[in-house]
Amino acid sequence: MDWEALLLSIKLSGLTVLFLLPVGIVTGRWLAYRKFFGKSMVQALLAVPLVLPPTVLGYYLLVSLGGASALGQLLERLFGHGLVFNFEGLVIASIIFNLPFAIQPIQRAFEAIPREIREAAACCGMTPARVLWRIELPLAWTGIVSAITMTFAHTLGEFGVVLMVGGNIPGETKTIAIAIYDRVQAFDNDAAAVMSAFLLVFSMTAIAFTYLITDRNKHTYG
Amino acid sequence: MADEVPTAPGIQVSLIQTQPIPLAIDLYCQPGEVLAIAGPSGGGKTTVLRAIAGLHHAENGSVKCQGEIWQDSASGFYLAAHRRAVGLVFQTYALFPHFTALGNIMEALAHLPKTVRKERARELLKRVHLDGLEDRYPKALSGGQQQRVAVARALAREPKVLLLDEPFSAVDQVTRRRLYRELNELRRSLSMPILLVTHDLEEATMLADRLCILHKGVTLQSGPPLEVAAHPVSATVARLMDQQNLFTAQIISHDPLARKTLLRWRGLVLEARYQPDYAPGSRVCWMIQSSNVLLHRRNRESRGDRENPLSGTIIEYMILGDHVSMRVEVDKQLQIAITITVPVHVARRNELAYGEQVTISLLAEGIHLMPFVKLRGTKQD
Repeated sequence: MDWEALLLSIKLSGLTVLFLLPVGIVTGRWLAYRKFFGKSMVQALLAVPLVLPPTVLGYYLLVSLGGASALGQLLERLFGHGLVFNFEGLVIASIIFNLPFAIQPIQRAFEAIPREIREAAACCGMTPARVLWRIELPLAWTGIVSAITMTFAHTLGEFGVVLMVGGNIPGETKTIAIAIYDRVQAFDNDAAAVMSAFLLVFSMTAIAFTYLITDRNKHTYG
Repeated sequence: MADEVPTAPGIQVSLIQTQPIPLAIDLYCQPGEVLAIAGPSGGGKTTVLRAIAGLHHAENGSVKCQGEIWQDSASGFYLAAHRRAVGLVFQTYALFPHFTALGNIMEALAHLPKTVRKERARELLKRVHLDGLEDRYPKALSGGQQQRVAVARALAREPKVLLLDEPFSAVDQVTRRRLYRELNELRRSLSMPILLVTHDLEEATMLADRLCILHKGVTLQSGPPLEVAAHPVSATVARLMDQQNLFTAQIISHDPLARKTLLRWRGLVLEARYQPDYAPGSRVCWMIQSSNVLLHRRNRESRGDRENPLSGTIIEYMILGDHVSMRVEVDKQLQIAITITVPVHVARRNELAYGEQVTISLLAEGIHLMPFVKLRGTKQD
């Protein structure tokens, strides 16, 4: 077991969740309640990482974050160093790659709250902030938890994007998924098997946990 | 203008919009008064309530409630929903599913100090006869109980107007009767204007002091429910009030001394209440409520028998609770029938049944005239 790689993966997943959670709540709620021109385009763009091969996404990120592009140069000045083949670049790539996993469950959860419930809250004299805090977030809670688990588990197992943007630098960009590949390449099947089993059990548990709380907290409206 | 403080008590609403559904209404409801807004679905009833609550922004309009201005498009003023002291009971009740009955009410008590909220919420639940069910979640409450929680929650913030959006449509008949009684009892202790949206005329008649008929976004008539039912201003209102006996006729003459107006109705001459606004020779619509149609007793004459007697055959006989509704065909060729309602025991004593011959009288006082419009589907005159 490559503990360094596992710890790095957990750190990457944790940071991705931390950054994506507010983004997911704000964007998910916005998409759930607002109608605007070009909404389907925005949604399609945010869902692209679901269908795009990770290597393709990784390639574009590599090109756009790299020092040759304007964005890359801007980020380089901001961070003081290049963003490809290091941990910060990996976090940015991971955030982009996980957008649909964070936004979609939260969006669905907000959509499931009947409009009248939110209106009733306003008619009870609750300010929009209080409605969000007391009514919407508690009712969307299961969606938020599933966004967290899905994002975390998905980052833990991500391979293609990490390899393209981060490479395979121990302690910097070598995540557990890369380590498994690395071990297989080195004919160290035992280590690969342990790490694979760990990822399998972890992912299964995470998803089972999500289903469990979703089923338990089903609200019936009306 | 926003700086001109309205002095009238009660609520004054005028709304004009073309989108999403056309509306052009003006209504007023006094403190303590129940105003029912009735009419066919899609007529804008719910939109009116939503505009009052601040959930719908009508293009043009003003909403003034108990000395406060909530909307005034002339000055571009629009108060957000949570700043308007309204109590709104939704058709679906819209209870918060993650709070108990008590919790639902406490959420509407944010204007009170934390320490007294629980006590106040208990009082409100008691007021709607739900004491003992404080800790139940909405899904563990029956439809009637949910409605009571919704009413208590609407009253919690001490609203300046109470809005009820078809609050009885989601419960069964038996529960509905009980809730009617409870609301009637509750309203006596309430001092704010109460607006009730309903499509049920019986409900409106039972609960409201005044009825406002809303059709295609326009107020057609408002007044006490029984008055609107007896004296609709137009054939459309009569039809919306479910008036069965609606026909057309021609004015023959007016007799101011006898206080009678004579009508020609398919070859017959009918005596009606004196209504001189319609010129002799002009065509009119007329109606009579089934309670103003008298059934002649078989064996002896009684008072009123001589007023507009008509004979016919019973072509429909329907028992509705303790009354019988019958259609008496007075002209087979033209398929003209008058609907009458009599108590079941009267129908039994007179041995009324499908196919029987009867004689009826249209009481002149009950014949109400309205401007002429072409009536669909039937050949009435």
